[in-house]
Amino acid sequence: MNETAPIQDRNAEPPLSPWQLFWRRLRQRRIAMAGGVILIVLYLVALFAGFVAPYSFDRLDRDRFFHPPTWPRLSGFHLVVPRYEQLPGSFHYRAVPDDTMPVHFLVHTGKYKLFGVIPATLHLFGTGNENYPVYLLGTDQFGRDVFSRLLYGSQISLSIGIIGILLSFTFGMIIGGVSGYFSGWTDTVIMRLCELIMSIPALYLIISLRATFPPEMSSSQVYAMIIIILSFIGWASMARVIRGMTLSLREQQFVLAARSLGQSHLRVIVRHILPNTFSYVIVAATLSVPYYILGEVVLSFLGVGIQEPSASWGNMLTAAQNTEYLRNYPWLLAPGAAIFVTVLAFNFLGDGLRDAADTKS
Amino acid sequence: MNLLEIRNLKMDFGIGPDALRAVDGVSLSMGVGETVCLVGESGCGKTVTALSIARLVPTPPANYVGGEILLNGRDVLKMPKGELRNIRGGVVSYVFQEPGASLNPVFRIGNQIKESLKLHKPEKATDEEVIRLLKLVGIPAPESRIRNYPFEMSGGMQQRVMIAVALASEPKLLVADEPTTALDVTIQAQILELLHDLKQRLGMAILLITHNLGIVGDMADRVAVMYAGQVVELAPAKELLRRPLHPYTKALMNAVPKLAGGAERLSAIPGNVPRIGNFPPGCRFAPRCPIAKPECSKKIPELVEVEAGRWVRCPFWK
Repeated sequence: MNETAPIQDRNAEPPLSPWQLFWRRLRQRRIAMAGGVILIVLYLVALFAGFVAPYSFDRLDRDRFFHPPTWPRLSGFHLVVPRYEQLPGSFHYRAVPDDTMPVHFLVHTGKYKLFGVIPATLHLFGTGNENYPVYLLGTDQFGRDVFSRLLYGSQISLSIGIIGILLSFTFGMIIGGVSGYFSGWTDTVIMRLCELIMSIPALYLIISLRATFPPEMSSSQVYAMIIIILSFIGWASMARVIRGMTLSLREQQFVLAARSLGQSHLRVIVRHILPNTFSYVIVAATLSVPYYILGEVVLSFLGVGIQEPSASWGNMLTAAQNTEYLRNYPWLLAPGAAIFVTVLAFNFLGDGLRDAADTKS
Repeated sequence: MNLLEIRNLKMDFGIGPDALRAVDGVSLSMGVGETVCLVGESGCGKTVTALSIARLVPTPPANYVGGEILLNGRDVLKMPKGELRNIRGGVVSYVFQEPGASLNPVFRIGNQIKESLKLHKPEKATDEEVIRLLKLVGIPAPESRIRNYPFEMSGGMQQRVMIAVALASEPKLLVADEPTTALDVTIQAQILELLHDLKQRLGMAILLITHNLGIVGDMADRVAVMYAGQVVELAPAKELLRRPLHPYTKALMNAVPKLAGGAERLSAIPGNVPRIGNFPPGCRFAPRCPIAKPECSKKIPELVEVEAGRWVRCPFWK
């Protein structure tokens, strides 16, 4: 055989893999990268919530209901917080002039468990004095630190988005892949089921599904329940799109080639067809996470989700239902701002991923 | 025992009165290490016949209504699923027309070859074996190539990779379905040379599907000419090229441009291949046949052995 080997330029850069190309295009999109960075920070903070939060999520300060936010200010070389005193007869507070306490970093105060297992007492910041609390976002009607609860709540709210997506997309992909690959009556049955689920307004479905679970459940049971409910609703739309993509992918010659090597149907679906949908799935997943976060918020807001004293963004907002509270204590809306930022960040990142995955642009 | 023995294979698309007969009584046998070419126009049933050898035509819509396909003496049409998966790749491997479309775009080529090994030779699923196979099919610098994605290779390279995938499981029969149609002429020659070379080194049989008669002379031991779902002529390659007997084969040969032929207009076969389900009564080539007689449209002629090893489906071949 006459070899016509091309001359290999040893200094040539190795060709970029599809992922490298994808990453390169993504990096050029500033807003998407900003969204990504915000999300990384949010998830890191959620992971280390016990360390970053100055107080525990269920610590009650019975002397300071509806305490306004206390922002440390610079005094000399120290950050100090003032002491507030309550005005008689109402939940109004006034900073006491010239009565401050320095804020220290890395202080040992209240006990918590890092990642839920490692006992620790080290906190990022605090005064170490009960009379000089640092309430960055004030306190709620029970005198609990809103900032700390926001961080603990993010553990639930943010992780529900990711776990819910993983669960529903895994099912959606496999079911959609099977549906599109086999077509025929399998396809008909699965697709009608999807349409049934999608035709019921999500909110009614969430609440009626909630009704199928017992009213009293532990926090972790509720957490699992919310994920199951949201995934149960979420897989259908994914399955439909994947089914459509599978319908065209299964006609590709590489599917026939894989079959001709003796691969089973399931292996062809999982190994050969579904990976070809990943560029779509990653984008869709990023854009769908907000719906799961909002789903948890809705359930908890309605009082059927995460129960007090556990914190989630949804049940924290329940306190902000009252217009009286809202007018006087606007910091109770802080979880709303957190939801806003998170949802926006996911959408920015998702848009950027979609543009980066679209090789035609 | 022959490696492959197709006997009177009949296959429909669809069921009942709407069924369309795509393959109508095809018989073909192949010995160990033999190269057989399956020739014919587009839509004459070559590909479905070849895919049927590993029962790769999805049923439905396809429906096998008669005949048998004996591969190593076992009837593929009656085989349980597990055994079928073993013979796919294990006994018969395929190389398809468009190498770019046959490789999964999202996997490195090394992994795709390894996948074939994992299925049939799990103990040999190593990088070394993949590199050996890439060397075997003539890919330069295989050590760095195994990490390439299909889109980083040229069409000829991709087809070599496909051949490596097909060879990984050491099949006894390689079915190459128009392996060079999507490639340019110089690469075509290289790929055919590679197939020829591999056949001699590995001793496997090749069923080569083509509509290029030029390839037949270089590669084939025997040729089967198909028309409208039927084999119309079956003969040793050299004799067929020297002296075609069936009028359809003659017409095909006349349609090949000749170097010495000067500038006269190329002869073409008048009309089109009849559409499946719309075959004329009697001999299916009769409406386009230059020597057709009235009785040709009455009864489908039999495929008869007119000389030793030469089968023709035409009573007027002389």
